[in-house]
Amino acid sequence: MTSIGTGYDLSNSVFSPDGRNFQVEYAMKAVENGGTSIGLKCKDGIVLAVEKIINSKLLVAGSNKRIQTIDRHIGVAYSGLLPDGRHFVNRGRDEAQSFKSLYKSAVSVPHLMDRLGIYVQNYTCYNSVRPFGIVAIVGGVDENGPHLYMIEPSGTCWGYTGAATGKGRQTAKSELEKLNFEELTVREAIKVAAKIIDQAHEDNKDKDYELEVTWCSLEETGGKHVHVPEDLLQEAIKLAKEDDDDDDDEEEDDDEEEDQEMET
Amino acid sequence: MNHDPFKWGRPNDATYGAYNHHIAQATPYAYEEQHASSTSTTTSSFPKMNTQNPIITGTSVISLKFKDGVILAADNLGSYGSLARFTNIERLIRVGKETIVGISGDISDLQQIERILEELETTQEVYDNFDGGDDLKAPHVHEYLSRVMYNRRSNMNPLWNAIVVGGFDKDGKTPFLKYVDLLGVTYGSSTIATGFGAHLAVPLLRQLIPEDKDYVNITEEQARECILNAMTVLFYRDARSLDKFSLVTVKNDGEFKFEKELRCEGQRWKFAKDIRGYGSAQQ
Repeated sequence: MTSIGTGYDLSNSVFSPDGRNFQVEYAMKAVENGGTSIGLKCKDGIVLAVEKIINSKLLVAGSNKRIQTIDRHIGVAYSGLLPDGRHFVNRGRDEAQSFKSLYKSAVSVPHLMDRLGIYVQNYTCYNSVRPFGIVAIVGGVDENGPHLYMIEPSGTCWGYTGAATGKGRQTAKSELEKLNFEELTVREAIKVAAKIIDQAHEDNKDKDYELEVTWCSLEETGGKHVHVPEDLLQEAIKLAKEDDDDDDDEEEDDDEEEDQEMET
Repeated sequence: MNHDPFKWGRPNDATYGAYNHHIAQATPYAYEEQHASSTSTTTSSFPKMNTQNPIITGTSVISLKFKDGVILAADNLGSYGSLARFTNIERLIRVGKETIVGISGDISDLQQIERILEELETTQEVYDNFDGGDDLKAPHVHEYLSRVMYNRRSNMNPLWNAIVVGGFDKDGKTPFLKYVDLLGVTYGSSTIATGFGAHLAVPLLRQLIPEDKDYVNITEEQARECILNAMTVLFYRDARSLDKFSLVTVKNDGEFKFEKELRCEGQRWKFAKDIRGYGSAQQ
């Protein structure tokens, strides 16, 4: 970064002469080193997955869940500073609850994301605070069907069909771009997500990871955001590890076979 | 003469002095008046008051423990005074996996309790409780509701209900059945009924379970038969009841059975023609 030392990066909410807000860019740096998170919007729901990096062998397996729930029908996965993510989720819950207490109905995903976008953006405007050190992928199903959003430290909040963030985001994005989201079902997407996380883990190979996958779909989970059942998760992990040893060409063949298996 | 139509027929100010409007409006608006205008010199001796009577009401909830669970029933009527205004009100509410809450009394307050319970469920069971940690159990729901009810009555703003909470104790096995009402009064028993049922149904339920400890000898079939019979008797004798009702059976093997739109079976009305002294057919 050429402007280091010019002073424009020391304070939040101050532009550099070439029109950049360095504190926000640094926040993105914090995210880029975190474990990969991805989200997929399928035709019948959404799937969220994170690569949970295991920092110590002493941690209890399966503890410290990374994907959280904002409201019954909305889930969030994020990469970056965990405490910032916790705060972000708490705010999301407050927004969802206040919406419900006002209108007696569940908040829609786009409305919630509007509100959270405003909140995150506010943290780029004052000297007394720093921006959120997370990129959050928020997905859910409401009366208008499935939605997937990604929100950045700048407050940028866009809808996606497939979103990725964290260390392995480049690999994950290029894999996501190959998918046909109009045909993909959440059940298939679990396997796809497990594979993408496994591939993205190549960028962070020296550390162990645990896969965490949640889904939200009217057909599969009754519109609730929950962890995928253990058997589906284990099956997806097994397939991902198998594919890992094969060539790219064979992987695609496997995919087709899986699809046929699903249909029968 | 004062030609203002609003003054016609009213006592003459010149004779009687200005009418003190606070007399008529003293109690309900006293609080607002005191705080709205500092010029007002009159103060009411009454504190602020809120809902002091129910509007749309639901009648009895009746419930029993049996050896491996609890059973609750409540009809689907919402009465407006003596008018059978709504016939599709669901007064049994499921909370979490294995708890059932039956509510009688004001229906709008019932709906408020429904929202309170949904929020409780969201905070306790949905947020970060992925790996099946401590589930929300009936004692927790009951204690929470009793705090809500007592707080509201202490603020002179009660939720006008009597509530029965059924489910299982913290061990997940022992049947749990407890009551809380608009005053915050609570008690537990093997046989609980609210409202008119507290007078009419409890003796019937206690025929089956004379003492609290006796519920361990009762099978689901016995309990169910007793509840169905009590619902029919209540329909005969309670003028605010309906013969359409919901019935919930929760068992400690994980079964949660929610039956809707049941009818009081085997009604016998032949005696009705001989009743004298209630309707227009006076002799």
